[in-house]
Amino acid sequence: MSGRSVNFKPWLCCAVVALAASCSRTPEGSAGSSATKPTIQNAGSDTMVNLAQAWAEEYATVDPSVSVEVSGGGSGTGIAALINGTVDIANCSRKMEPEEIEKAKTTSGREPEEHVVGYDALAVYVHKDNPLDTISLEQLADIYGEGAATTSWSQLGVKNAGCPSDEIIRVSRQSNSGTYHYFREAILGSKRDFKLGSRDLHGSKDVVELVGTTPCALGYSGMGYATPAVRTLSVAPKTGAPAFPPTIENTLNKSYPISRPLYMYTAGAPSAHAKKYLDWIYGDTAQKIVETTGYVPLPKKPAPGTSP
Amino acid sequence: MKTRRLFDSVTERLIEWVIWLCGVSAIVFVFAIFFFVFREGWGYLFSGLNLREFLFSVEWYPTSVSHKRYGVLALLAGTTAVTVTAMTIAVPFGLGAAIFISEFCGPKVREAIKIVIELLAAIPSVVWGFIGLMVMHPLIVRVFHAPIGLTVLNGGIILALMSVPIIVSIGEDSLRAVPDSYREAASALGATRWQLIYRVLLPAARNGLLAAVLLGVGRAVGETMAVLMATGHTLQIPKGLLDSARTLTATIAAELGEAPVGSEHYQVLFIIGILLFIITFLVNLAADFVVKGIRR
Repeated sequence: MSGRSVNFKPWLCCAVVALAASCSRTPEGSAGSSATKPTIQNAGSDTMVNLAQAWAEEYATVDPSVSVEVSGGGSGTGIAALINGTVDIANCSRKMEPEEIEKAKTTSGREPEEHVVGYDALAVYVHKDNPLDTISLEQLADIYGEGAATTSWSQLGVKNAGCPSDEIIRVSRQSNSGTYHYFREAILGSKRDFKLGSRDLHGSKDVVELVGTTPCALGYSGMGYATPAVRTLSVAPKTGAPAFPPTIENTLNKSYPISRPLYMYTAGAPSAHAKKYLDWIYGDTAQKIVETTGYVPLPKKPAPGTSP
Repeated sequence: MKTRRLFDSVTERLIEWVIWLCGVSAIVFVFAIFFFVFREGWGYLFSGLNLREFLFSVEWYPTSVSHKRYGVLALLAGTTAVTVTAMTIAVPFGLGAAIFISEFCGPKVREAIKIVIELLAAIPSVVWGFIGLMVMHPLIVRVFHAPIGLTVLNGGIILALMSVPIIVSIGEDSLRAVPDSYREAASALGATRWQLIYRVLLPAARNGLLAAVLLGVGRAVGETMAVLMATGHTLQIPKGLLDSARTLTATIAAELGEAPVGSEHYQVLFIIGILLFIITFLVNLAADFVVKGIRR
């Protein structure tokens, strides 16, 4: 009997392994199923990918005749795809750069059209008993940045009574979240890294909850997540400059320094389907989704269509 | 009669084959899993990864713009610290409970305790993580005046609670598997109950007890969700029980979902998977040698 089993083994192992290997990688973007429906290809910013996904899912119930296909990859990837004509709408968490616009014009002959669809604003949170009121971007950089020197609350000039050890417990996000990237860019610039040793949590809400239960903590998260257990700090662009609290107005008039608009770009005027989709995005339902996914919705007024 | 015999021999062979398949499937699955984890990581493992930096640097910057660095020393230290803490708590409690259940209590108490312990094993790890985050964290802050309660101690206690049920049930089984004649002989020779346990039962059941402890270690090393929530997920080498830490498993759980497929970061996360494989393999191997050493 044992002799027979030995004969079985090799082909069985090979068969299982080969079978699994053949089905583990399916080619991306299966075109077959959606060929009958018009699709809106939507790619770009990783920061916006959850939002775009949520929109696409909701839109499927609004207009089932169109399917919206969303992928991430980063703002640059989205713009490149727009220039090559492989996507209809590119998500971008920054403004398109002049040379990108130039390139798009020469390739497709059409000037990319910019649509602001929402805002991303990060609030800086402390425990509700923390006496600190304002902080500047430089101070934040000197707390969060690699090689930073500020490690205690007294260095910021406050006596944090709830925190006997005086240590600033830095609360951050896991290294591939869009929030992490944006905060790093806003505070430390494009080159500098975060200092290691922060508590890297896995969700915007988790950050606020941990700060709310930890008197020594300092954290950042979307401004929509504030709870009674935490306070948000007013942020000044420079030490000594006036500081602004994170509010929707301050975000919209650009005085709050850790905020940015979220863009969607189309090559020239959007196609009929894309136009309808963008109009829906400016509407109340979609803007509500902006709020629930942790971003700042557009100011409440009739849809402006496009910006100049 | 003849067809009957033919039928019998066919079903006999069929059943033999099915049972053989069941037995072999475990091996096939282990190798298949190893193969896939290895395949996802090996491209970068053999070309590009600086193995010295990987193993001996604490700098884990997988998404840095200017300078990506993949050092897992802090993660290794975190896994070690949390596991050691958990085992320091779980082994005495688990083995003590196993001895109590198998040797000291009556059948009714035994059943009651066993049911409760099995209930403990049935609690999902997310719930444990939640307890770590919402109950243990404020408690540790209050009791130890620590700046934060998401620490090695927190993760260790949670993991200890998770591995105690395994240690107890397997330890108890192996103690009960010791023949009663051993107990009777020891008693007849005038051994006290303590002597009976210490000199007769523990040596007789050592393989099973070691297996119980190692399964507990396996659980502690491999646990993900609870430690992700309870340890603070902090990239540093913990200097004490009240420091936060980050484990290998938690890093994979937190980062794999958003790492672009096939990127360096993605492959490095799979290399961490290979590292975890090697660690558990070494633990099991060491256990095998220890058991064989004791036998001799």
